[in-house]
Amino acid sequence: MDEVGTAPLSNRRLVIGVGNLDRGDDAVGRIVAQRLRLRQLPDVDVIEDGGEALSLLSRFEGVDAVYLVDAAVSGAPPGAIRRFDVTTAPLPDAMATLSTHGFGLAAAIELARVLHRLPRLCIVYAVELDACTMGAPLTQAVEATVNVLIARLCAEIA
Amino acid sequence: MATRTIKVENLARVEGEGALRVVIREGRVEAAELKIFEPPRFFEAFLRGRAYREVPDITARICGICPVAYQMSAVHAMEHALGISVDGSLRNLRRLIYCGEWIESHALHIYLLHAPDFLGYEGAMDMARDHPRHFERGLQLKKTGNALIALLGGREVHPINVRIGGFYKVPRRRELAAIAEDLKHARAAALETVHWVSGFAFPDCDRDYEFVALSSPDEYPLNDGRITSNKGIDIAAQDFEAEFEEQQHVAHSTALQARTRKGGAYLAGPLARYALNFERLSPLVREAAQTAGLGPICRNPYQSIIVRSLEVLYACDEALRLIENYEEPDKAVVDVAVKPGVGHACTEAPRGLLYHRYKLDADGTILDARLVPPTSQNQASIEEDLKLCVEGWLHLPDDLLRHKCEQVIRNYDPCISCATHFLKIEIDRG
Repeated sequence: MDEVGTAPLSNRRLVIGVGNLDRGDDAVGRIVAQRLRLRQLPDVDVIEDGGEALSLLSRFEGVDAVYLVDAAVSGAPPGAIRRFDVTTAPLPDAMATLSTHGFGLAAAIELARVLHRLPRLCIVYAVELDACTMGAPLTQAVEATVNVLIARLCAEIA
Repeated sequence: MATRTIKVENLARVEGEGALRVVIREGRVEAAELKIFEPPRFFEAFLRGRAYREVPDITARICGICPVAYQMSAVHAMEHALGISVDGSLRNLRRLIYCGEWIESHALHIYLLHAPDFLGYEGAMDMARDHPRHFERGLQLKKTGNALIALLGGREVHPINVRIGGFYKVPRRRELAAIAEDLKHARAAALETVHWVSGFAFPDCDRDYEFVALSSPDEYPLNDGRITSNKGIDIAAQDFEAEFEEQQHVAHSTALQARTRKGGAYLAGPLARYALNFERLSPLVREAAQTAGLGPICRNPYQSIIVRSLEVLYACDEALRLIENYEEPDKAVVDVAVKPGVGHACTEAPRGLLYHRYKLDADGTILDARLVPPTSQNQASIEEDLKLCVEGWLHLPDDLLRHKCEQVIRNYDPCISCATHFLKIEIDRG
């Protein structure tokens, strides 16, 4: 078994909206990112990502704190927002965030952990989806939570 | 027990989703069927009625792992239809972007999908925990391949800079020089990869495949060449459909399978390219092959991981050669005049031969499109491998047998999402 070094620290904070814009509620992470970006929070980068694990992993480089927003299927009511601090523990098994590759956000976090690349703070916001219809907009339940989630993120990051 | 059933619902560690059904009766393998549910190939339908110039961007959307292959087969086929020849620096740049794809796609398969099979891990995550340095090397390789695609293609996935007749924008020499340093590191990492994977333990297996790959006299094949085999095929791309037949052969799957017209399964991909073009690999790669204990032909499908790593080494070496010799072209695109016609092209996707055919009307509108991906060509061969292998594993408990079957399929780096849409696995002992 071999070892690798710990990633250097920085003060960069990053919000990553994860999902697919063309699949109904799966877009929620990205829509949150798009609207959050308009607020131009100081010292916060906001990006969008399709959610493939290696792509997400590469985003963590040189980042001190990361906030991931993704759609999830866990049996909670549609639109429910759940917050997980995954800095020291993995996402719960029941928290299947959506991935079109089967190798997505949860895998990215655990890969980053074993490779000592996980940012010093890593938070996941999961929004329970209602429907992932191809080409459809957000459902009403999920759309209603977008601004609530943005407010929570702003309060936490600011 | 005379019969038993083993079912694997979802193939792990392959691109896309698939299933396998193995039927065992009275201690004999009656069938090994790769089951693929394939809806109509929507991309072929999407393309009808579109303008010829839209094809590179539409086909690059077929796959997130090998978009360059789709883009390249598409532009070459279109240029064939229009009677255009793209040579010199523009041709070399296309070869260069293809090198980027081989590096990222092969690195992904070697490190994340295939190596865990040989090291006894369920998946890449467990392997990364114990072997982070190896894993980081794989990530580094993939990153370099992606960076090369991004530089030439405008972005690393579904690139957008390729057009009929050339590119929208060509790189400056200094831009390529900047990535050369990364490629030198990648080449060293690729050599380490060859050494690493050649130390794995490989099951004995020696298959008499009909290898099918592009070949040309002066270079290892990427973008063009004649379609050749070790059993006598030697044809131009435009004769693909005369030599190979892709149809729904089997009742167990709605997917198309390609076979030679004589009805035989054949093998496309790294083992085929290597066997038919060994002499055209660079000296560095031939030497690495020798050190890895590989002769000029490899018939063991499990050792495809070594050949894949040799191709990563070649792609790094070739990319550096192309960058070294690059001269900025005067124009990013050659003149294109629209006319009616039919165009065909084959290129070497990381997984193997990728055939495209398009028919254009007088104003460049696509009347018909045909795409034959490597995974549908290899599907019959995968089934033959499985049938042969499972015979020797009948004593194994179901879960181990299931895992072994998955490993056989992973030898091919199948891109099921390209060839089809959904797939699943099942082993039936009666």
